[in-house]
Amino acid sequence: MLVWSKPWRLAAWALTVPLFLVVYGLPVGVIVLAGFSGQWNDILPSNMTLVHYSRAFHTDSYDALKASLLTGVLASAAALLCGTWAALALRGMRGPSKRVLDLLFFIPSAVPSVSVGLALLVAFSKPPFLLNGTTWIVLIAHFILISAFTYGNVTAGLARIPADCEQVAESLGARPFYRLRRVTLPLLLPYLVGAFSLSFALSMGELGATVMVYPPGWVTLPVKIFALSDRGAIFDAATLATILGVATMVVLLGLSRLSTKAMVR
Amino acid sequence: MAQTAVVERTPRTESVVSPAATISGGSRITFDNVSVAYGALTVLESLNLTVNPGEIVALIGPSGSGKTTALRAVAGFVRPSAGRILIGDRDVTYLAPYDRQIGMVVQNYALFPHMRVEENVAFGLRAHGAGEEVIRNRVPECLAIVGMSAYAKRYPRELSGGQQQRVAIARALAPKPQVLLLDEPLSALDAQIRRSMLDELAKLHRDLPNLTVLYVTHDQSEALTLANHIGIMRDGRLKAFGESQSLFRHPPNRFAAEFLGRANLLPVTDLRPDGGQMARVRFGQAMLSARNHHGIPADKECLLCIRPHDFRFSRAAEEPNSISGTVLSVQWQGDVQNITLNIGGEEARMTSAPMANPPRIGETIAVHFNPAEVTLVPEDAGRG
Ligand SMILES: Nc1ncnc2c1ncn2[C@@H]1O[C@H](COP(=O)(O)OP(=O)(O)OP(=O)(O)O)[C@@H](O)[C@H]1O
Ligand SMILES: [Mg+2]
Repeated sequence: MLVWSKPWRLAAWALTVPLFLVVYGLPVGVIVLAGFSGQWNDILPSNMTLVHYSRAFHTDSYDALKASLLTGVLASAAALLCGTWAALALRGMRGPSKRVLDLLFFIPSAVPSVSVGLALLVAFSKPPFLLNGTTWIVLIAHFILISAFTYGNVTAGLARIPADCEQVAESLGARPFYRLRRVTLPLLLPYLVGAFSLSFALSMGELGATVMVYPPGWVTLPVKIFALSDRGAIFDAATLATILGVATMVVLLGLSRLSTKAMVR
Repeated sequence: MAQTAVVERTPRTESVVSPAATISGGSRITFDNVSVAYGALTVLESLNLTVNPGEIVALIGPSGSGKTTALRAVAGFVRPSAGRILIGDRDVTYLAPYDRQIGMVVQNYALFPHMRVEENVAFGLRAHGAGEEVIRNRVPECLAIVGMSAYAKRYPRELSGGQQQRVAIARALAPKPQVLLLDEPLSALDAQIRRSMLDELAKLHRDLPNLTVLYVTHDQSEALTLANHIGIMRDGRLKAFGESQSLFRHPPNRFAAEFLGRANLLPVTDLRPDGGQMARVRFGQAMLSARNHHGIPADKECLLCIRPHDFRFSRAAEEPNSISGTVLSVQWQGDVQNITLNIGGEEARMTSAPMANPPRIGETIAVHFNPAEVTLVPEDAGRG
């Protein structure tokens, strides 16, 4: 607590809450409200309706939601696996080779996603690497964009787990794989969940690379939202944006509960 | 002698989990010219040290002297740049830590936070592939040894420091290792618990007399209480090694005398043999008698090693072995009284029982000592 006296604390709250509401609350509120409106000419919308929601769940928008969730889960799981593997493998490494590899893993998070999309499009549109027009290319794009974060998160986690635990485990007779399974990974669990959550959230919101590479049969929600708003169907776009937000939030909340449980143990 | 010890010991220490792996040559730990270097920095230099089966050897020394490094070399977490490490007759220098059958307890206990106490203790047994039945018997047994039976279902974070320490010891003992490595196991505990844990460690070793223990500490009282032999390290070298009492009473060099028990060292000259192990030396005007335990040759300059509690107040200045000094400070510490004296330009510490009328600062007093209790220490050996 930086502010001690009561009047000042009240003043601080009085300043923060409206600011927070304007910066965060207003855009979210407008999107949510727009999803229910039939018309919005005045300050507030009129002709409140559920037709956008009904459309969202009964047209190809629903396929987009499924595509997004699947892409998010699959890409995040793959990134978690590879990122953890890489972090474990590079853990004991020191010196220049480690720095070069760290840099390599960092690049995807520094390159703009549109460039990643374009690069994939160019790289995979000729045999023998013909992935253009398949679901795979979307998954690969997402994997590339999020794996850097997974690697970073898991590496940070590895640096924080109690150092002696693993050595004591070894002296108690635990071979490397047994130790990994019974000690390292359980200790790492909160960081793994955190890494997965971050990847999933990034993947759910990814537009730049996806829009470059997506095939007709695998339209993700952000692409769909982009297309709808481009056509002027703002209210439908707002509905999908709300659904995207809620779906992501539900998954993240579930994961954070899991991670709290893992922490407490 | 070690051989007979092995024969007696075998049935007791046979590993519950893999009897086939019982080590021949007993559980003696041998450092054979072991050096350890981190890059260009040598932190352990040609260490030669043997811990006999069933013995407790304490390694003490100032911070950074290489004690932990020596212990971790036995555990297999640092690889010697030269030399060999043997457990029993087996060369373990290049053996993976998990194949060494060693129990290890570290300063911060390192209990597995995600496992209950009983699972922590069972860990080593499971890692060795022991059956459920063995685990069901052995875990309560080990928890009982350290008095933690009531806490089996708790998580480590629900235990106090001392309780965590007990669990860490039980966990290390569960697979019945023949060698136990302890790295400052009590330093995270407060003074009172430390003393009672020290008693319990001593009792533990009485109950498991065949367990070979290497105990690293910077606390000399822990070493003196527990260890049969003590090694004193400085700058990666073993400066002194010996049976605890004799090392304390007859330190072989200046460093050992100062580090173990903060002895007073008075420079003396004109050494003359005086029959048996005794010798006479000159300190300023006074001629003093002392033990020449290390057989320092006549006329060689040396140091007179007097422990603070070896000084007694002299009634008369003519008492033999009497020297006089000026009182620099008097400090009362409950059950003892510390006095600092200036004796012929050297600062010397003296402890005695508290007195109703302690000497006043600036006063000149006479003190003496029993020549059989003080030792001459070679001057040069401790330097460098
Ligand atoms: N991983 C390492 N890399 C480089 N130097 C190290 C490493 N570990 C220890 N050292 C150095 O080795 C020397 C001995 O360290 P060690 O931990 O054995 O000392 P210690 O006697 O146990 O000290 P303390 O009483 O403080 O625990 C120190 O100078 C230390 O800086
Ligand atoms: Mg140490």
